[in-house]
Amino acid sequence: MSSQTSVQENIYSVSTSPHIKADDTVQKIMWRVIMALIPAAAFGVFYFGLSAFINIAVSIAAAVVSEYLVQKVRKVKVTITDGSAVITGLLLAMCLPPDLPYYMTALGSAFAIVVAKHSMGGLGFNIFNPAHIGRAALMVSWPVAMTTWRTTEISVDAVSTATPLSVLKLEGYDSLVELFGGKTELYKAMLLGTRSGSIGETCTVLLVLGGVYLMYKHIISWHIPVCMIGTVAIVTWIFGPEGLFTGDPIFHMMAGGLIIGAFFMATDMVTAPITKKGQIIFAVGAGLLVSLIRLKGGYPEGVCYSILLMNCVTPLIDRYVKPRIYGTGGGK
Amino acid sequence: MKNSLWKVFSKGIIEENPILVLALSLCPALAVTSGVDTGLTMGLTVMFVITANNVVVSLIRHLVNPKVRVAVYVTSIATIVTLAELTLEAFAPMLYKALGIYLALVVVFAIILARAEVFASKNKLFPSFLDGLGMGVGFTLAMVAISVIREILGNGTILGFQIFGEGYNAPLIMILPAGAFVLIGYMVGAVNLHLQRKERKMKERDA
Repeated sequence: MSSQTSVQENIYSVSTSPHIKADDTVQKIMWRVIMALIPAAAFGVFYFGLSAFINIAVSIAAAVVSEYLVQKVRKVKVTITDGSAVITGLLLAMCLPPDLPYYMTALGSAFAIVVAKHSMGGLGFNIFNPAHIGRAALMVSWPVAMTTWRTTEISVDAVSTATPLSVLKLEGYDSLVELFGGKTELYKAMLLGTRSGSIGETCTVLLVLGGVYLMYKHIISWHIPVCMIGTVAIVTWIFGPEGLFTGDPIFHMMAGGLIIGAFFMATDMVTAPITKKGQIIFAVGAGLLVSLIRLKGGYPEGVCYSILLMNCVTPLIDRYVKPRIYGTGGGK
Repeated sequence: MKNSLWKVFSKGIIEENPILVLALSLCPALAVTSGVDTGLTMGLTVMFVITANNVVVSLIRHLVNPKVRVAVYVTSIATIVTLAELTLEAFAPMLYKALGIYLALVVVFAIILARAEVFASKNKLFPSFLDGLGMGVGFTLAMVAISVIREILGNGTILGFQIFGEGYNAPLIMILPAGAFVLIGYMVGAVNLHLQRKERKMKERDA
């Protein structure tokens, strides 16, 4: 066949939709998310020291290696360069205590990739957020190690301290404020991240910055983060420690893993609803569950379990807020 | 004839394994498999109950009015389970305690009623006996396999003996039901894979 006919064929050929393609590839999106996470992770390393860095490295390495091995076993294309395993590893490490033994981190990361991702069919088929499944598995397996915290590397001895949320749960709001020496100091510590907690969850400013970058690049929309954090703020404000409308929503918004969860985990394209309306239902549900666990539950923090529980009902939400096909149904 | 009797016995071991293929008795597979001793005891108890019940049901299959057959089967199962329960309580009180409520719950295990309904009520004595025995062996093997993995990983022991040494920091998930669910999921997957491959080979040979 001559080249001319092939060109003509190209012009007149009929193809199936989609006809307009964006230049977003899986790879591009994944590396942008990693970019958005790096500042907060770097702060975690700076603040918590070497063990935080090793934990992040171990987690990413374990995720990438297990992705490679599983894809070899499943005899599918090896896609470790698309960055999705790197994100899972990085996100998992950012939700772990800085002093977690490295082998636990590696096992959690492998669990996330092998069980939560590839056993469900790989990228795009997983029901649950893999990083959060890894964290939940670690939490169930080694509860003591997963709740051993410390403040900073800078102090002489590694002092183990409770996270702000566990202080709140065990000793109440007044001793929390006292611990930080005033409300302003508390807010400042929560905002800048100079508090105990998981490696990457502490620095609110950098996490929000990363989230805004992703919104600017149209990788995530505002619906999930705003609705989820907003719901937590409203509920914790209403049901305060001393009767209605006495809560501290500003503290609750920045505490625990809410910011990283709302911006980076709940917005996972695979496990969140597709439509905007569905995303709002999803986010409000997750926010309500977080508030419920924080205020009434046995655990001090519930972002991980809340998002996983809402992941369960994502298919249901998608089914009930299906957009109407143009030209069907509607008015009588 | 001999071949088909062997088939009746052996199908319960892999092809129609009560736990891994029929998925008819997942409750005990989750609840009492955190240790090999309880898993094995439960397996043997169920093997006894299912075989004895199949024999009884097969013997009385012409006497029972079909309208009341389920009630008759349950009465028979309950009698046999009570026998097993009293025997265990007398001779192995520790295991009896460890199994607790799950021993009495054997009465309502779906697999026992299912075998009475689909096999023993329609077949002669000896095939029914073999069917019950085969299903019991399959159930016991699956229970032991699950409990061995769970006890080794979740506790670092096997039948109570340390195998990894004192330093082993066991992941609690394997002792909790969540780990059992994940493990059973993978075992079901492995058996499915095996059966699919077997089927494909059979087809290739026939073609």
